[in-house]
Amino acid sequence: MEKRFISVEGISRRFEAPGGGSTTVFEDVWFRIAKGEFVCMIGHSGCGKTTVLNILAGLDLPDQGTAIVDGKAIEGPSLDRAVIFQSHALLPWRTVLGNVAYAVSSRWRGWGKAKIDAHATRFIEKVGLKGADAKRPAQLSGGMKQRVGIARALSIEPKILLMDEPFSALDALTRGTLQDEVRRICLETGQTVFMITHDVDEAIYLADKIILMTNGPEAMVAEIVENPLPKERDRNQIHRHPSFYAIRNHLIDFLITRSKTFKDEIPADYDRRQPPVVRPQAHPPPVPPTEAGRKAA
Amino acid sequence: MWSRSIGVKAGIVSIAILLVLGLAWHLAVAGRSPTQTMDPEYAKLMGQTATQGKSAMPGPIDVLATIWKHVNAPFYDRGPNDKGIGIQLAYSIGRVAIGYLAAIVVALPLGFLIGMSPLMNRALDPFIQVMKPVSPLAWMPLALYTIKDASLSSIFVIFICSVWPMLINTAFGVMSVRKEWINVARTLEVDTLRRAFTVILPAAAPTIVTGMRISIGIAWLVIVAAEMLVGGTGIGYFVWNEWNNLSITNVITSILVIGLVGMLLDQALAYLGRAVSFPE
Ligand SMILES: Nc1ncnc2c1ncn2[C@@H]1O[C@H](COP(=O)(O)OP(=O)(O)O)[C@@H](O)[C@H]1O
Ligand SMILES: [Mg+2]
Repeated sequence: MEKRFISVEGISRRFEAPGGGSTTVFEDVWFRIAKGEFVCMIGHSGCGKTTVLNILAGLDLPDQGTAIVDGKAIEGPSLDRAVIFQSHALLPWRTVLGNVAYAVSSRWRGWGKAKIDAHATRFIEKVGLKGADAKRPAQLSGGMKQRVGIARALSIEPKILLMDEPFSALDALTRGTLQDEVRRICLETGQTVFMITHDVDEAIYLADKIILMTNGPEAMVAEIVENPLPKERDRNQIHRHPSFYAIRNHLIDFLITRSKTFKDEIPADYDRRQPPVVRPQAHPPPVPPTEAGRKAA
Repeated sequence: MWSRSIGVKAGIVSIAILLVLGLAWHLAVAGRSPTQTMDPEYAKLMGQTATQGKSAMPGPIDVLATIWKHVNAPFYDRGPNDKGIGIQLAYSIGRVAIGYLAAIVVALPLGFLIGMSPLMNRALDPFIQVMKPVSPLAWMPLALYTIKDASLSSIFVIFICSVWPMLINTAFGVMSVRKEWINVARTLEVDTLRRAFTVILPAAAPTIVTGMRISIGIAWLVIVAAEMLVGGTGIGYFVWNEWNNLSITNVITSILVIGLVGMLLDQALAYLGRAVSFPE
């Protein structure tokens, strides 16, 4: 049986529409994440990815359904779930060290300053920012800011890491380096991760599982794609893996067409509680994705 | 290099303007025609300045002499109507300080409350909107009637005029703290009180200090008028008293001193503003 470290059970979220009434962003969403799993969510802008992440973070509450972590329903934010914000959200009046130390001191209220600073410094070094402790966010490049955000999130040693398009604002080179580092750190510590991304290649490189969301409003989980690549991956070699193009094409195909059309042609045996699990592979030769979905499920 | 040279040039131009104005003033005052045709009775009443053919308006040299006199003896005290300008200034600054600090003590917590609670924001808004445009001096009769003390009434008027800009800016600053910074604190399970001090206060500080700077400027404007009204002590009373004494040199000296102190107060708040600002 699949472990349910995180279990999202039938959540819906509605917002008041500008002209009165309400818009349902997503409806009856179910998925699970096992301990130590790296899960990405892909979908077009406005399908409610950030809202799902905020609900997991405890910053927002669903109108229906519950999100359960470790057997307990999420009722508010928790130090067990760290968030890496898309806009890094550093406190600009604090230094790099001050930003990370703020998190550390919130986590361990009783610690003295020396201990807090030592712990914070360790994580600042871990993300490759050694020597930048005294700098203010305004003095840092986009990539460095995001590193501080990562250090801050990791420093509280959370059970779950939640990332909202953490690398989307960065240039390609910096993005690659940061992906490598996050991957390495998460693998080392067996970190459970939920990450939102727009970037198909990023999802293939990082994720064990990829949740596909249809377009909003009233978005739903179309399917859950298992990554056929081995857990040990090399960024420069993955495109040689026989299944690489199978999963890549599957994801791109979803984003281009099926994210729009899925709702109109929902498979007869589709069950919101158990969205089809798909594992795109090179062999046997390609079959239509929906069929593959049924076979795998 | 460029900015330094423009600073030097500006300084030179400033000094030149000062000299030209001083000279014009000097010539305008010195060049009056004698008052020979004046009725002797009237001339007698008007005293020395008129009968000797000099203008009643003092020249820059007279004012400089008066300033020098005050600088040498700022704190003498020869009874209620003859105190050094330093003592009078100290009274005014003291009243402004007390009224202003009281305004801080009230406006900052209340501004936080309004900024953090949409309900209180709506509920208190009508009161603020009505009270804000009232000239602080309009409160004076009411203050005198209820407090029955001239000095305390001036302090109250300072309090009333300082409180609005601080209150409004604090509420606005607190309201506009970026949501993501608050979310950072929330995900770290930082409680409301600690959040107020570690996130909201530093984030809103530049806006709050701007309000404090507006307040100190208004307070310094108002204290002079308030002291003219209630009399007794203070730089405002000093100006009015010297006008009654027809000592125009002292009136001009006071104007310069009031301007100088106002500038120093403003600069102090500007310095504080730079200290709490942060680049994003
Ligand atoms: N606080 C809110 N109030 C009203 N509408 C909101 C709010 N938050 C999000 N929405 C709406 O919900 C939809 C999904 O938003 P979001 O979760 O940010 O999507 P995504 O991250 O997938 O781009 C958007 O149409 C957005 O306008
Ligand atoms: Mg988003």
